[in-house]
Amino acid sequence: MKEILTVSQLNNNIKFLLEETFDFLWVEGEVSNLRRPQSGHVYFTLKDDKSQINAVFFRQFGGYKQRTNFELEEGLSVLCRARLNVYLPRGEYQLVIESVEPLGVGALQKAFEQLKARLLAEGLFDERYKTRIPFLPKKIGVVTSPTGAVIKDILNITKRRFPIADILIAPVLVQGDDAAAEIIQALCNLHSYGGVDVIVIARGGGSLEDIAPFNDEVLAREIFRSSIPIVSAVGHETDFTICDFVADLRAPTPSAAAELIVPEWMELTTKINILKQRLMSGFARHLKNKRDKIAGLQERLKDPRRFLINLQIHLDDLRERLGAALHHKKQNLYNDLGQLELRLRHQSPARQINEKKILLKNIQKDMFNSFSYHVIALRERLQKNSAILESLSPLSVLQRGYSITRSMASGMTVRHADVLNIGDDVNIQLAKGNFNAKIEKISQG
Amino acid sequence: MAKEKFEDALERLEDIVRKMEAGDIPLDEALKSFEEGIKIIRFCSAKLEETERRVEMLLGKEDSLQVKRFQGEDGD
Repeated sequence: MKEILTVSQLNNNIKFLLEETFDFLWVEGEVSNLRRPQSGHVYFTLKDDKSQINAVFFRQFGGYKQRTNFELEEGLSVLCRARLNVYLPRGEYQLVIESVEPLGVGALQKAFEQLKARLLAEGLFDERYKTRIPFLPKKIGVVTSPTGAVIKDILNITKRRFPIADILIAPVLVQGDDAAAEIIQALCNLHSYGGVDVIVIARGGGSLEDIAPFNDEVLAREIFRSSIPIVSAVGHETDFTICDFVADLRAPTPSAAAELIVPEWMELTTKINILKQRLMSGFARHLKNKRDKIAGLQERLKDPRRFLINLQIHLDDLRERLGAALHHKKQNLYNDLGQLELRLRHQSPARQINEKKILLKNIQKDMFNSFSYHVIALRERLQKNSAILESLSPLSVLQRGYSITRSMASGMTVRHADVLNIGDDVNIQLAKGNFNAKIEKISQG
Repeated sequence: MAKEKFEDALERLEDIVRKMEAGDIPLDEALKSFEEGIKIIRFCSAKLEETERRVEMLLGKEDSLQVKRFQGEDGD
């Protein structure tokens, strides 16, 4: 019997058949014709080189980002977990995607790269947002598993290097689906507890899958806005996580992180002691220098003889030079004098004197001759006149008997009797001798 | 002085020591530097004073945080 179906019945049958058969399936293909309408659902076509099928990713089922953490891209090869859905009004069937992951590079790697690129573009990795790790932390927060090698290494190394910083461990799972959330919670706890100077987020090495929690976007943002500097030490040197990029400092290993966050206590203590010694001895040397300087000055102040000696030497030198100069000058003058003397000698008046002397002698002789002659002549005249005079002398008259009468009173020669009075005393001079007489009588002549 | 200042203080101390060793500063400046140096040394030494560290675990959540001694560390 021929059964006649309505379109609805047919499509309902198909729907039942298809949805029963393809309730859960894995399908791989290439994303094309990707559309994101306002609704927030994602529509695309999944195709290979020969065929294609419509696909939709409903927002409410979604969370594909939570699981795979990457964005669909045009042309991307993907593996989808989906079921088949028949849309009755149109008689069309399509894949309803529950989850999707990229093929080829691997889902996690793809997700990692996409997240890294996005956060980089947002500036979460910028150096300018990185806080300096404190040099001397008092309390170190460690976010890691409380068991295992990592926490042991960190505790050992920090104890060896810097045994005076407290350690506050925020224990977390470091792998698995809950790890990221636990790490975020641990960070919050450390912030609210307070007094923590630096936080280390640490985990040993592992596969990309193992370290996936450290590539969590929410965790990355939590690290970014942390007010406490965060050191990320996840995996081995070659493993990089989003955590590493966003943290204030990335350590290649947890052990390296322990070395980065604390200085060597012994080294610092030694350094300070050495600096102390140097400061002391430097200052002491400084003082000694000043003291020496003062002593030197004092000595120089006390003994001015050095200056005197210098002056003495200088003086002697000058004196010597002066002496030599004077001597030289004198010599010159002597020479000049000799010259002049010689010249003077040539000009001597001695000859003239001699000449004049001779002349004088002659004149003297002449004068003498003439004088003697004159004297002789005068003597002859004197003899002649003397004879005459002798003949005229009163003495000769007296010889002949005459006398001279002189008044005794006046001494005058009496030439006339008038001058005499009777009784006058007179003296009578004879040729030989005299006598006194008294006037007795006067007779007028 | 804040913790970050330790490094600065240390640098300053090194400066002072270098200057002091150069020996060409006036006496009163040397004296001042010496005093400052000693002060810094005291500060730094205090920061490095040996006290036994505590290793603890932070457990719970925001309103019920509690600190417990960490048992996993040998000899600490």
